[in-house]
Amino acid sequence: MGLTLSWLSVIILIPLAGLFLKSLELSPEQFWNILTSRRTLNALRVSFGLAFAAACVNLVMGSIIVWALVRYRFPGRRLFDAIVDVPFALPTAVAGVALTALFAEKGWLGAPLAAAGIKVAFTPVGIFVAMIFIGIPFVVRTVQPVLQDLDPEIEEAAGSLGASRWQTIIRVILPSLAPALLTGLALAFARAVGEYGSVIFIAGNLPNVSEIAPLLIVIRLSEFRYADATSIAVVMLVVSFVIIFAVNRLQRWAQSRIPAR
Amino acid sequence: MTIEVRNLVKKFGSFAALDGVDLKVNDGELLALLGPSGSGKTTLLRIIAGLDWPDAGEVSFNGEDALAQGARERHVGFVFQHYALFRHMSVFENVAFGLRVQPRAVRKDEVAIRARVKELLDLVQLDWLADRYPSQLSGGQRQRIALARALAIEPRILLLDEPFGALDAKVRKELRKWLRSLHHEINVTSIFVTHDQEEALEVANRVVVMDKGRIEQIGSPADVYDNPATAFVHGFIGESIVLPVEIDNGAVRLGDRLLNLMADGIAPGTSKLFVRRHDMLVRPSGSGAFEGAVQHVRNFGPVQRAEVALWGGETIEIDAPRDKELRAGDTIGLEPRRYRIFAGA
Amino acid sequence: MTMQIADSVSLSAPDARARAHAAAARDNLRTEPRAVRIVIIALAVLFLSVFVVLPLVVVFAQAFSKGILAYFAALAEPEALAAIKLTLLVAAISVGLNLVFGLVAAWAIAKFEFPGKTFLITLIDLPFSVSPVISGLVFVLLFGAQGYFGSWLRDHDIQILFAVPGIALATTFVTFPFVARALIPLMQEQGTQEEEAAISLGASGLQTFFRVTLPNIKWGVLYGVLLCNARAMGEFGAVSVVSGHIRGETNTMPLLVEILYNEYQFVAAFAIASLLAMLALITLIAKTVLERHLDEGHDASDH
Repeated sequence: MGLTLSWLSVIILIPLAGLFLKSLELSPEQFWNILTSRRTLNALRVSFGLAFAAACVNLVMGSIIVWALVRYRFPGRRLFDAIVDVPFALPTAVAGVALTALFAEKGWLGAPLAAAGIKVAFTPVGIFVAMIFIGIPFVVRTVQPVLQDLDPEIEEAAGSLGASRWQTIIRVILPSLAPALLTGLALAFARAVGEYGSVIFIAGNLPNVSEIAPLLIVIRLSEFRYADATSIAVVMLVVSFVIIFAVNRLQRWAQSRIPAR
Repeated sequence: MTIEVRNLVKKFGSFAALDGVDLKVNDGELLALLGPSGSGKTTLLRIIAGLDWPDAGEVSFNGEDALAQGARERHVGFVFQHYALFRHMSVFENVAFGLRVQPRAVRKDEVAIRARVKELLDLVQLDWLADRYPSQLSGGQRQRIALARALAIEPRILLLDEPFGALDAKVRKELRKWLRSLHHEINVTSIFVTHDQEEALEVANRVVVMDKGRIEQIGSPADVYDNPATAFVHGFIGESIVLPVEIDNGAVRLGDRLLNLMADGIAPGTSKLFVRRHDMLVRPSGSGAFEGAVQHVRNFGPVQRAEVALWGGETIEIDAPRDKELRAGDTIGLEPRRYRIFAGA
Repeated sequence: MTMQIADSVSLSAPDARARAHAAAARDNLRTEPRAVRIVIIALAVLFLSVFVVLPLVVVFAQAFSKGILAYFAALAEPEALAAIKLTLLVAAISVGLNLVFGLVAAWAIAKFEFPGKTFLITLIDLPFSVSPVISGLVFVLLFGAQGYFGSWLRDHDIQILFAVPGIALATTFVTFPFVARALIPLMQEQGTQEEEAAISLGASGLQTFFRVTLPNIKWGVLYGVLLCNARAMGEFGAVSVVSGHIRGETNTMPLLVEILYNEYQFVAAFAIASLLAMLALITLIAKTVLERHLDEGHDASDH
């Protein structure tokens, strides 16, 4: 037990503490000025804003995918089920170059989109696309087991009480899935906010427009502006810590609602 | 509401869950479907509710074709074995569900819904639990909430699938009495499924005994207990002594011993003789249809249970009154007060 | 028999009617109209095809766009070989370390109750949700020239940053949760009874671990190692920050993909990328197989 805590602190806590210590070397004023500088604010806005939008898309599309995989039988179902994990397993740099090649102006999808007047690669839309890519498995894999284990009798009960299929889905099934859906949303969001590899290739990385916060950290580091890098990192770290803590709480709460049979 | 089921057939693959079932349920009746697991009783209940569909046959309510309607339109209250309460809703919202999902045109207003739910919670005596969640209730409480929820839509028929199956013995007994009196109060045509004969005989007005997708007997509790129509019913309900006998021209033989019993109208060949344990009366040795040696006596409780090795083979257990003490080693005669012989092995 | 005798209704008419009803109303309690089903399946398949399958296909299409010879020539470059070697080395180190760490962490969390458990689980999950760039940054802050241990390291002539130790450390940090996460639910489910039985029979703590605990979780261990390895080989952000990008020395495969891509050597970049993509595919297949084993073990412990 003591051993666990001590090496956990060595491998996780000490590095993180280092980060916070570093940020404490700054006066609150300096810290504030760094964070409210135009370029930092824009980078944070791009990262958090697009990550949230992408997570919402993942919530909707992930639900549809889960529904199709769990409830319907169609040719290739098992293959598509396995494919869901690809964004999780594919190294981010590979995903980055692949998405860029796909959505570049001469790419398979980029060309028809460009003809329609939509530029994806090297714009914020590209960031959005990459964030959607990496977030899919999080929603699907958190919701899937819950939907699979959902008691079929509650749907029959709702139906025999006169509820239409739509009412059953909205009033009975969705609320039962809500904790898992929220968890999936939070995980996809947390991942997208911090994502680096799959985004930087397709982003264009134009300061204030398509520059994500992790990239700004890297840029500040290469300029040896450690204080700037640290300040941005602390903000992002606190946000992810809050998200993950909330998710764990949510999971425990959802478990406590399951009636013991 | 009367229910009529005609020639119902339902197959799952090559397994016939229902194999030609005919049944008429009278208005206001409390009917039990009794049978071992796999006998088709739950399938029959689910088809009446509209949760399953037959491969052939008819179901009608008051003479109207019920199969033309889906479960939603049938107005049937269904209570599931594991309650199927909505766990994200409070007890109140669970009961109110059926009222809230009604089409806007006929939906009650909020005040009327609250009044109706309150009334139902009073009926099942759980109004003090309205704000709790299902996970905070005991099994018996969940069962009663599930019943209140089913009653909220003012069902024409109430169907209960193993209503007490998941409860412990003490709660089961309490709920049995309660269900009987509740049925008396609301007087809705009700069918419940059970594999527990005591439950069926104690609660229902009429009992339907099922086996292997067929109805073996329909009758009052006294009827199915005292006059079992088939070997299965005799073996399934109550505790029976079963003896393999040979029938030959009206004579009954156990092994090489000729029994002084009547077998009118039973075809010659191997048959089964059924006697209730308490119907096997002890007689002095030499009198009575059977003769045997007492092997072992368990002498406590309301009766003494004796293991008797009969002349002609077979060892049986009988229940005898405790006024005449039996002892291991005694040779006794036995006379069945009542017995049935069913042809076939 | 008191049973009603079925009067001789002709069978075909009600049969046909029953079937017609069934077609109309059957199943509608637990499923949707056919049109809705088709739309949902089409949406799911289309979305996955565009966002997941196509990028994967693009990698191989680009890698082989100049023919098979160009592909293998790109892989045979000394720079590529050095990157492959370094990637394997780093993966071996971090998987080894996390195997030990993960086992201990999962054991402590699964078998003991203590205050702050949620916090500890959160801590273990943190590398999953922290930006990989931040993971790299913390090591720069610790071991960099201006970092807390920077001057001490320089005095003792120890190179961590921009060298293999830094890359291995950052990778270990990032891949830390995999083994522990795979084992915690498994060990929680198995409880402590078997271990207690072993100890009551006189086994020592270590004997209990190797003879009772470990055999029970071996598939879970393998599962964690598999995912840990995949991430270790593919890690980009954290490694990018600490590696220094010294060609032929501190470039792992993902870093080399970036460099080659930025130099417009697309065939070479995608050739390396295709190796990593294959690693991902093999990992997924192995994962599917392992999940089947884990499910079986789960069933066996249930009955």
